[in-house]
Amino acid sequence: MLFKRLIRNKLAVLGALLLLFLITVALLAPWVATHNPLKINIKERLQPPSQAHFFGTDGYGRDLFSRVVYGAAIALRVGFLSIVVAMSAGIILGLISGYYRGWIDAIIMRIMDAILSFPIILLAIGIMAVLGAGFANLMIALGLVYTPRFARLVRSSVLSIREKEYIEAARVTGCSDFTILFVHILPNCWAPVIIQATISFGYAILWEAALSFLGLGAPPPSPSWGSLLADGKEVLTRAPWMTYFPGLAIAMAVLALNLFGDGLRDVLDPRIKE
Amino acid sequence: MKTYVIKRLLQMIPVLLLIAVIVFFLLRLIPGDPAAIYVGANAEPGVVESIRREMGLDQPIYIQFFIWLSRVMQGDFGTSIVYNTDVVSIILQRLPVTLILGFLSMMLALLLAVPAGILAAANQNSYKDYLFTLLAVLGISIPGFWLALMLVIFFSVKLGWFPATGFVSPFEDFLRGMQYLVLPCVSQALLACAIIARMTRSTMLEVLRQEFITTARGKGLPRIWVVGKHALKNAFAPTLTVIGFQLGNILGGAVITETIFSLPGIGQLIFNAIGQRDYPIIQGCILLVSFGFVLINLIVDLLYSYFDPRIVYEG
Amino acid sequence: MEPLLAVRDLRTQFFTLNGVIRAVDGVSFELAPGETLGLVGESGCGKSVTALSIMRILPEPAGRITGGSIHFRGQDLAVLPERKMEKIRGNKIAMVYQEPMTALNPAFTVGDQIGEVFRFHLEMGKREAIQKAAELLQQVGIPSPASRVKDYPHQLSGGMRQRVVIAMAIACNPEILIADEPVTALDVTIQAQILDLILNLRSRLGMSLILISHDLGVVANMVKRVIVMYAGRIVESAGVEEIFRSPLHPYTRGLFQSIPRIGRRVETLPEIPGSVPNLLNLPKGCKFVNRCGEGMDRCSKEEPDLFPAGKGRFSRCWNQEK
Repeated sequence: MLFKRLIRNKLAVLGALLLLFLITVALLAPWVATHNPLKINIKERLQPPSQAHFFGTDGYGRDLFSRVVYGAAIALRVGFLSIVVAMSAGIILGLISGYYRGWIDAIIMRIMDAILSFPIILLAIGIMAVLGAGFANLMIALGLVYTPRFARLVRSSVLSIREKEYIEAARVTGCSDFTILFVHILPNCWAPVIIQATISFGYAILWEAALSFLGLGAPPPSPSWGSLLADGKEVLTRAPWMTYFPGLAIAMAVLALNLFGDGLRDVLDPRIKE
Repeated sequence: MKTYVIKRLLQMIPVLLLIAVIVFFLLRLIPGDPAAIYVGANAEPGVVESIRREMGLDQPIYIQFFIWLSRVMQGDFGTSIVYNTDVVSIILQRLPVTLILGFLSMMLALLLAVPAGILAAANQNSYKDYLFTLLAVLGISIPGFWLALMLVIFFSVKLGWFPATGFVSPFEDFLRGMQYLVLPCVSQALLACAIIARMTRSTMLEVLRQEFITTARGKGLPRIWVVGKHALKNAFAPTLTVIGFQLGNILGGAVITETIFSLPGIGQLIFNAIGQRDYPIIQGCILLVSFGFVLINLIVDLLYSYFDPRIVYEG
Repeated sequence: MEPLLAVRDLRTQFFTLNGVIRAVDGVSFELAPGETLGLVGESGCGKSVTALSIMRILPEPAGRITGGSIHFRGQDLAVLPERKMEKIRGNKIAMVYQEPMTALNPAFTVGDQIGEVFRFHLEMGKREAIQKAAELLQQVGIPSPASRVKDYPHQLSGGMRQRVVIAMAIACNPEILIADEPVTALDVTIQAQILDLILNLRSRLGMSLILISHDLGVVANMVKRVIVMYAGRIVESAGVEEIFRSPLHPYTRGLFQSIPRIGRRVETLPEIPGSVPNLLNLPKGCKFVNRCGEGMDRCSKEEPDLFPAGKGRFSRCWNQEK
């Protein structure tokens, strides 16, 4: 039934299709890519798009199309794992905060507020500056940045659910706190969490690209879309194609997730009735 | 009202203290001798020793913190490793650029976003509304730094309308100054514009559903008055929070924009400092920036109570 | 004598995703100057929508007047351009609403909101308007009006807010005051005060009054004539004394029977069996037939007209056709 309503929203369907397309390309990268993305070929450097190289080549003669394709895999993987980190931390903190209340709630929420009031890019840069560059650190940084959003969502769901009678019943029949939290309360919070996860996934891809662009994310020669744009910046006038395609890819990925996330929100959030 | 202001100001103090503590420990998290890190690799041997004594590294950690804190409160943020001048003057020199950039970007964003959001809400589900939604979603999906690069390709290189890099202060030469700022501001403003526009639309939609809007119409007030006065003031309060947050993002995004357009602001300063391991600058900038955001949040909160008088009384 | 307001065959519909709701389906009545009229019925019968239609403040774009006419001072309000309608609303015809807690804008002072009416309809300056607002507050019985004028709505109780709404409505001495369930959301003790206030203002200013309520008791002391509505139509129309003494239409009788009365002992409160038909899918024939005890064969096939039942009385029932 939900599925039917989702289908009705054309933009959401578009988003879902784009997403599926990207995931397929990413998963099938070794077969979709025409060349080895890391292979250097100085003779063919800075070639405009052609039949041999769909997107042209970069300053080292590497095929840009293949690099963008592998970049999709990186973007999706890094974005996804960042959100998984944020979700896990956020859900646990939200559950604890909302269920136990009191001073632990106050402390956790204060910290979450502090993180939230910081501009994302500065927070991420700050964390990366301390941890150092690299994908793992990037996922930790982005995970940390997005944790508060999940924590807040889960906490407010918990606050309203914990008053319900079946929770009281579970407590009276001797269920452990752990059981109550994970078996009874958590399954009822999933809707806003899924919506937030989809939308944050899009932003995570965006920020990963931004950080890699600044040199704080992907280690070279990894073909993260952001790094590709950084490469493109160096030869902006001579090889503008190096800038067009990675950017379009980022925009497409983020667009897909935003459209799909919006569609999910329209369907799952009963408050928005227009 | 006054008590509310004082209360919020007092609430700021523990936050500022917490930030100071974090910044203080940042330096000590990095493996190695804090004094050596602070002074940099090229310093003479005697300097490291004297710094070590100044920082009180042989003292217990809380004394070190107080030494550091009292220095900071007196405006002594140390000396830059790279520039060999005191951090405060470097920051002050570069701050105006970032502030001008941020301010103009936000103005641009608001000028587009708020009217667009109101229009979309007032014409819900019309073709104007769908166009709005499409543009807004594109706005949040297109990376600002990619837009910056594309703008440079088209408007600087191909058309030659605007310069790609450099900065002239609009206060010195307004027209030339603005020329250097157009492309950076547009690319900075994009994300904030789209987000604020969507927020304006959705809050307006909610407000327009309220009973008091019917009452206002029932008084025979013209539609513009009902939407522009009655609805807007109520919609502004929650939108304000988003605007504050986006201002923060714009200022944060200055790092990328200033790097792309070679604007001599704080963003470029921080970025270079990280690469060069210029810790006094890093520390000083983080402190400054954090304080700035606490201030922005405070102002947003205070303005909020103007738009929604109920807040003051509910504490 | 020319009626002040003449509603003829008014039809108002709501266009929703699920279908078209015929909220008001052929309503006609007249209002003379200075006359008081009660509009009675259960929730959803179309009485509020009738009022909103007269004022032309239906929720757009879902709600629209789709037929009929509303004649007021020689103009048909149903088709009047919005600009001209704005001059009439709040000025010649004004309305008091059901929910005082949400009827006022929380972001502006009470004085500002009342003052708006003066500023727009009487072209007063801001300061003068707020002064006049203070005078109005006194007229509607709010103590210390000079300081209250600067208060925000959340600083006032429900009863006081309703007085403010009333003040806004009578500010320009309207010819018609429509009160839509003005006391339903208030404490019983306050209800009488507000109703008294409305009565006093009405007689002092000489307005016509349309009082809408589901509560027959509220209507009893306030109006001279009563119209009973059901499923978007008028089912009975009579003088207030007549209708209380001898209600004709089965629905009206059912309404009266279900009022609990002091001194009358009953085991269970009688209620009208069944429920209001789905407005998206109205049955053919009389709309009340599935709940009526006196239904004939004809009732489920044909909808009865409003048949006359004495001087100025009408009832929409086949049993009345004699």
